[in-house]
Amino acid sequence: MNELPQQLVNGLLLGSMYGLVAIGYTMVYGIVQLINFAHGEIFMTGAFGALTVWLWLPGGTTMWIALPLMIVGAVIVAVAIAVGAERFAYRPLRNAPRLAPLITAIGLSLALQQAVWAWYPEAKSARTFPQIEGGPFEIGSVTIQTGDIFLVVAAPISMAVLAWFVMKTRTGRGMQATAQDPDTAKLMGVNTDRIIVIAFALGAAFAAVGAVAYGLKYGEINFRMGFILGLKAFTAAVLGGIGNIYGAMIGGVVLGVAETLATAYIADIPGMDKFGSQSWADVWAFVLLILVLLFRPQGLLGERVADRA
Amino acid sequence: MRQRSLIAITAALAAGALTLTACGSRDSGDKGSDSGNGGTTVVIGVDAPLTGDLSAMGLGIKNSADLAVRNANKQQLVKGVTFKIDARDDQAQPSAGQQNASSFVSDKNVLGVVGPLNSSVAESMQKVFDDAKLVQVSPANTGPALTQGPDWQNKKVRPYKAYFRTATTDAIQGPFAAQYVYNTAKKKKVFVIDDKKTYGSGLAATFTTEFKKLGGKVVGTEHINPDAKDFSAIATKVKNSGAQVVYYGGEYPQAGPLSKQIKAAGAKIPLVGGDGVKDDTYMKLAGSEATGDLATSVGAPVEDLPSAKQFVADYKAAGYKEEYSAYGGYAYDSAWAVIEAVKKVADANGGKLPTDARAKITEAMQGVSFDGVTGKVSFDEFGDATNKQLTVYAVKNGAWVPVKSGTYTG
Repeated sequence: MNELPQQLVNGLLLGSMYGLVAIGYTMVYGIVQLINFAHGEIFMTGAFGALTVWLWLPGGTTMWIALPLMIVGAVIVAVAIAVGAERFAYRPLRNAPRLAPLITAIGLSLALQQAVWAWYPEAKSARTFPQIEGGPFEIGSVTIQTGDIFLVVAAPISMAVLAWFVMKTRTGRGMQATAQDPDTAKLMGVNTDRIIVIAFALGAAFAAVGAVAYGLKYGEINFRMGFILGLKAFTAAVLGGIGNIYGAMIGGVVLGVAETLATAYIADIPGMDKFGSQSWADVWAFVLLILVLLFRPQGLLGERVADRA
Repeated sequence: MRQRSLIAITAALAAGALTLTACGSRDSGDKGSDSGNGGTTVVIGVDAPLTGDLSAMGLGIKNSADLAVRNANKQQLVKGVTFKIDARDDQAQPSAGQQNASSFVSDKNVLGVVGPLNSSVAESMQKVFDDAKLVQVSPANTGPALTQGPDWQNKKVRPYKAYFRTATTDAIQGPFAAQYVYNTAKKKKVFVIDDKKTYGSGLAATFTTEFKKLGGKVVGTEHINPDAKDFSAIATKVKNSGAQVVYYGGEYPQAGPLSKQIKAAGAKIPLVGGDGVKDDTYMKLAGSEATGDLATSVGAPVEDLPSAKQFVADYKAAGYKEEYSAYGGYAYDSAWAVIEAVKKVADANGGKLPTDARAKITEAMQGVSFDGVTGKVSFDEFGDATNKQLTVYAVKNGAWVPVKSGTYTG
């Protein structure tokens, strides 16, 4: 049986999740040139927000009612933490040398992880996440899990909403203007502080949707889940061209598919059997990143921009 | 001025984060031991993952060692000596384990150590303890190289005199599983997956050798990354390989999701693992389709042994929050072995501990023999448990149910 279609779907699903989280990196970077390394942890707190809502709901609530509430819960928690981080950790450092907010971001990332570890009930080891009932869907030789259906639906909708927001609304256009030149945008009457807060909030909201997808896909969440996934999403953002929101999604999908195919097929290439299997998947993902950066330093969809003085 | 206050905020945040991290690694386990009666206090160090993915097993080890110490104090087993445990968290990390080992060595009251859980952590601790002649008894390590040297398949050489264990080794556990899978469960085609760690890859290797010897076929091998969560690519490969069973060398945090994703991909075949898989957390992670999954574990089921009835009752009475988990009985016996060794040394020295107590206790451990929770506890010339019993467990109605006990015969 040919397994390629199934492997491509596996990669596509994994990649869509990377993409949802990558949007947060790319939007914040596009507007304030800050790599928000705490974004992975914002994703993680979103997952715990969704779990909290589930625990509050009376037992026996169906997922059809619970899921929308859980998404809302995840978004509220993630956005609140992202906006708080922007206000108290990043805004005071906005005119500081670039290294300072970067260090703050790493500190914040550790602090969030340890806060969940210390204070969330029973979060010291993995917590189970509610699952959607019902069997998997079969399309030809391809199987899609019930939990993944959420991702199949949520990822494109999220992208469409984001594209509409950035292109068509006043705030979205303000964002584009701020990304191009914050000082001029300010002179033109754009409230840049507000725009930056919105960028953080939007990024966090997408990460929260990604977090719910993660919980449904793997059935468990833990306080360290944001670290590796955040790193992968950041890679996806760079791969797609950091600062470009479509790039984030494309980068995520490329990364996810590359990882999956590397796991599935590298070992079959003659002489490469030692470099196959899943333990090497990350290595091949980063090799891909290095290759793209060597030959297309701006990333897949990025534009070559002159460094701002 | 503005700049300076910003730097202060950054520093404060970083410091805060570090402090929080540090909180995690300190866990004073000295509660629960009766103090007083004016004699000497002997500290038994306990090293296990008390937080993180493997904490379910680690906390079981800590509590059970604590229970042994409480019972010894209550019975006044060694006159004039009060035992106490000092539990430290290794987070299943070799580096953290080594740090803990160093701090146990530097504390003169520590005369024996129980732990760790992971073979890879034990590797980093053995030399530290051996140099200090401080005895270490692991309730859970199954890596054969720890007692029989890296070349154990050809020539057995004991590398460290201060290392003992109450658990049996993967040299026995892997083949035992292979025999059960091939002879009893009648599965001839296996897909072998491991996590590349000392324990996991060792177990997978001994399983594979025996399975091939019996006439079984290995239709695929994979190595996973212990950090990873997404096994969909592997699950698809397993499905298409035509395997009748999956053998996984590794621990439950990965085994659970792996089993779940393999079944979700459409391969309704059982996953078989070692003692690292046999924890109740496995069911939570693997979901409802885990029924029929198998795991071998060292010894006979604790609940069935008459010798363990008292332990189970005591554990309940002591009111620990966590389960005793897969290694509770072994941890109790490990701590008890240390206590017995201390008693021997004290008795031989007229009821007082000599100045070179550590070296004497290490020496005495070799001859320790008693009826423990898990059966008869004593050690062979390599420091391995002489009790080589194993049991196969199967998942049934969301719990591990013993299906076959026995000893591996070559």
